[in-house]
Formats: sequence, structure tokens, C-alpha cells
Amino acid sequence: MAEHAIVTEGLRKRYRDTYALDGVDLAVRTGTVHGLLGPNGAGKTTAVRALATLLRYDAGRAEIRGFDVARQPEEVRERIGLTGQYAAVDEQLSGRQNLVMFGRLHKLGRAAAKRRADELLERFRLTEAAGKNAGAYSGGMRRRLDLAASLVRSPEVLFLDEPTTGLDPRSRNDVWDTIRSLVKGGTTVLLTTQYLEEADQLADRISVIDAGRVVAEGTADELKATIGADRVEVVVRDAADLFGVAALISRVCGVEPETDQDTRRVSALVADRVTALTEVVRALHAAGVVVEDIGTRRPTLDEAFLRLTGRRTAEKSVSATGVAR
Amino acid sequence: MADGLTMTRRNMAHLVRTPEEVALYFLLPIMFVLVFGYVFGSGMALPDGGDYREFLLPGVFAMTMLYGLGATGSAVAVDAGRGVIDRFRSMPVARSALLTGRSTADLLRALLETSVLLVCGLLVGWEWHRGVGRALAAVALVLALRVAITWIGIYLGLVVRDPDTVGMIVFPLAFPLTAVSNVFTAPELMPDWLGTVAEWNPLSATVTAIRELFGNPGLGGGGWASDNALLLAIGWPVLLTAIFAPLSVRTYQKQGD
Repeated sequence: MAEHAIVTEGLRKRYRDTYALDGVDLAVRTGTVHGLLGPNGAGKTTAVRALATLLRYDAGRAEIRGFDVARQPEEVRERIGLTGQYAAVDEQLSGRQNLVMFGRLHKLGRAAAKRRADELLERFRLTEAAGKNAGAYSGGMRRRLDLAASLVRSPEVLFLDEPTTGLDPRSRNDVWDTIRSLVKGGTTVLLTTQYLEEADQLADRISVIDAGRVVAEGTADELKATIGADRVEVVVRDAADLFGVAALISRVCGVEPETDQDTRRVSALVADRVTALTEVVRALHAAGVVVEDIGTRRPTLDEAFLRLTGRRTAEKSVSATGVAR
Repeated sequence: MADGLTMTRRNMAHLVRTPEEVALYFLLPIMFVLVFGYVFGSGMALPDGGDYREFLLPGVFAMTMLYGLGATGSAVAVDAGRGVIDRFRSMPVARSALLTGRSTADLLRALLETSVLLVCGLLVGWEWHRGVGRALAAVALVLALRVAITWIGIYLGLVVRDPDTVGMIVFPLAFPLTAVSNVFTAPELMPDWLGTVAEWNPLSATVTAIRELFGNPGLGGGGWASDNALLLAIGWPVLLTAIFAPLSVRTYQKQGD
């Protein structure tokens, strides 16, 4: 068995004068989850669509399980599953009819397709709604059905393009659990997401992608070390207290905090956010300073991008809107 | 082949699962027959003195096929817009299956519509006068027209990718085609140039040909197009299919590229 289930080298795709993919290199080990993390328009979806044989790339090389995506698309299609950003199911058919149809298209016999459909319905807690039109399903149910549809033939490689966008926390956890159990069963997953937390929860390794390039790659811990640690933030009631509080935090946490006059905010990077918070609260109380708000904050994807690319994600998503599809 | 059948079955399942849509579907042609047959029919005189409802029915057959454009186009647009086509294309499914499945299902659907219209026509006093064989040949021409329209609809759906927009485009596209044709009135009653356009309209070719085969009144005024209506009633659908089927397949393969 090959070590890597997905390999790309210098993958390029150009739309007019913009590169949606500008030389993407990936190597995803068999049986692991690889996260593609980036803002809208970074090229995540384009990468997935190229790997899933949906669009032709202009240059570079891509292999799935040793099969060349451009030259052997049929072999690739037999080994992959895809769940896109939209629930790609037939809304006029019942959940069960959908799964049977996809089973039949995967060359399962009629009886086998029905059996497989029932198994998947059971596993995704859709048995009760099996006879209802998929169009009448809730967002979470539809996404589960969509995921089930991409698992009809137990794919070796599964592409998940923002699988939890727009889901409530419970459905999101369901999807996460499913992904974890699939990987236990040996499936290789390429997951795109805008959420650092999602990549953190699921991915063995993460490629941060921006403007069609991989700007950083590593485990979640490695990336966090690059991106920066958690923060403790204090908002004071009286702007006059700002520097006093900054000095206090500097003493307690042992780092130089950043202060912002306009928002009356003092924030500091800390290694252990809970301990730091506890100590800051204690010190503030002892000093008798009145604060408006206090809390801890994990680094956001925005901050990650700022650090990795030197730019804000907002700018990126504006300039790259045309490439988003 | 098997994939195409699965797709056909899928589309037929839609019919069964959305009865209200099907009812609406059949309501339209029946309304055409009743409204035009009785409202206009009472005040409309034919050049050759025939009965207006006898004249109208073949036109409604063809018109119903034309309005199928919307159903085909929206169904394909739904698949294209929601990523269902992406899923099919990422599976080891024959590339043509979705489209041939669609056109086969639409043909079966058209057969149903035609049967409903036949019954409806018989009820309002329309008849075929030249035997069952010719009547069946006429039905075959109607279905040939529907095949061509299906492929135009498929292309439209793949390009537009939004069912609502398809719905909005269909009427301004289909209405002039039915109005400037021999569906409701004889082209020789129109201004010269308009009459010529109407005579060459693909819809008119089918309508003239099937009027002839059914033995209904309203034979054309002797232009080349109406004299050779049978040829055109076969030629137009073949030509349109030859253009739009390959175009659709190419567009399908490049969806989202």
C-alpha cells in the first residue's frame, strides 16, 4: 500500500488573469485526515474539484491512490467520494431513494443497493425519515444524507468541502464523529474548512492555503506555534487605568501586552490561558481596578493569516471573489 | 446504458412523488384546448371553412411539447445549481447517463401528455380521419419535436443553472414561437413577411404535417415550407437535436470548470 493516498505537485489552475491554484503541493498519508485551511476564495474548493476530476488543471501533477487524475479519471472516480458545500442530493426523492439510486450508479445490484441504503440510513440516524422527500429534511439531516451518499461504496479517499458550514453545533459534532470513525476504518480524508477549530479537531496535518498557494503546512500544534498562542484580554472602564493594567499584566504574565486606546483594551499572548486569566483577575481585584470585560481568546483564522501572509483575510476575499467557484 | 436507465427511473420517480406538479402539468394543455377551442373557436373562421377545434388540436399537441422546455430546463438547472451534477460527475457513471436519462424520462412524460391530450381532444369533438396508422405517425412526429426541445431545455438548464431564471426565460422564448406559427391561426392570414416566418417555424412544420396525417383542416397556403411539411417535421427535430445534444454533452462535461 502506497504511503500517500493523495499527492499533488505544482498544481495550477488559471481563470482569466487570476491563478485559483498557483502551484499547490500536497502529500496526504494514507489513512489520515488532511485539512486545507483558508479563507473564501483561497483556492480550497478549486483544489478539491481538481482532485475529484471535476475540473481540468492547467499544469502540475495530481495522483489519487497512484492514479493520475488527468489521465486516469475513471480509476480515480472509482476510489473517491465527494461531499461538496451544497447538499448534493435529489430533493424530490426520499432519502432512501437517493441512496438506492447512488448505489445503483455505483454498480450495486438492486438488492445490494437497498441493503446498503438501509445500513447507511441507520448509521446516519435517518431511518425514521427514510421515506420523506429529502427536500423536507433539516439542514443537518440533508448534510448527513449527503455524507451518506458519498459513502455508498466506501471510498478509499473522501473529499469533504466545508462539510459543516451552516450546521448547528450538534449536527457539526455528528459530522465530526462520522469523519473520525471513517478514518478509523482506513479512509483517507481531505477536508477543507474555514475554521481553525475544525482543522484542529480532525486533521492530522493541515495545509494553510492562500491565493492558490500553500503558505504553511504542519500539524495543528506546529501551526499554532507559528500562529501564536491564546490571549488574555482586559477592557478597562476608565481609559486612565490602561497603562496601569498593562503594567500589571506584564508583571503577572511575564510578557509585554498590547494596548489599544480606542477600545480601552489590553491583550497579551499567554501560554496557559486559564492560569493566566485566574492570576490577572486576582491581581486586578487586589489593585482595585474596575474592568468592563475580561476573557481569553484563541487566535482567529484572521490572526493566523495576518501572521502567515502578512495580510488580512478580508482583503483577500475581496480580490479573490471571482475565483471562489 | 444501465446508468441511463437508473437516471430515467429517477426522473420518473419525481413524477410519482410530486403529484401536484404532474396535475399542473396536464392542466395546462387541457386549458389550452378548452380556452382556445371555445373562447376563440367561436369567433374564428378558417379559410377553408373547417371546424376550429379540429384545426386547433394538432397545434396544441405541438405547443404542449414546446412548453415542456421549461420543465426540462428547470429540472436540469436544479441539478446543476445544487451540485448534484458534480456528484454524478465525480462517480464512475457513464458521462452521458444523466442527459440521456433526462431525455428518455421526458419522452415518456411527453407520451403521457400526448395521451391525455388525445382523450381531451376526442371529448371536445376532435377526431383523426385517416386511420390509426397515420394517427400514430402523427404522434411520433409530436414526440420527435419533444426530443429536440428536450435537448434545447437540457442545454438551457446547464448554461443557466438556476431553475427560477429558466422559468423566466422560457415564456418570452416560447410565446412568440407559438404566436408566430400556424398553431392558432393560418399564416396566410398574417402580413406576408410574418406569414413566411410562421410557415418556416419548426412548430408549424410539425403542426402542418400532423394536421395532414390526422386529416384535420387548415392545410397551408402552398408555400414550399407547407408543401414539404412532412420533410420539415422530421428535418427540424433532427437538426435541432444534432446541434443541441452534442452541445449539451460538452457543456455537461465542462460544468464548473
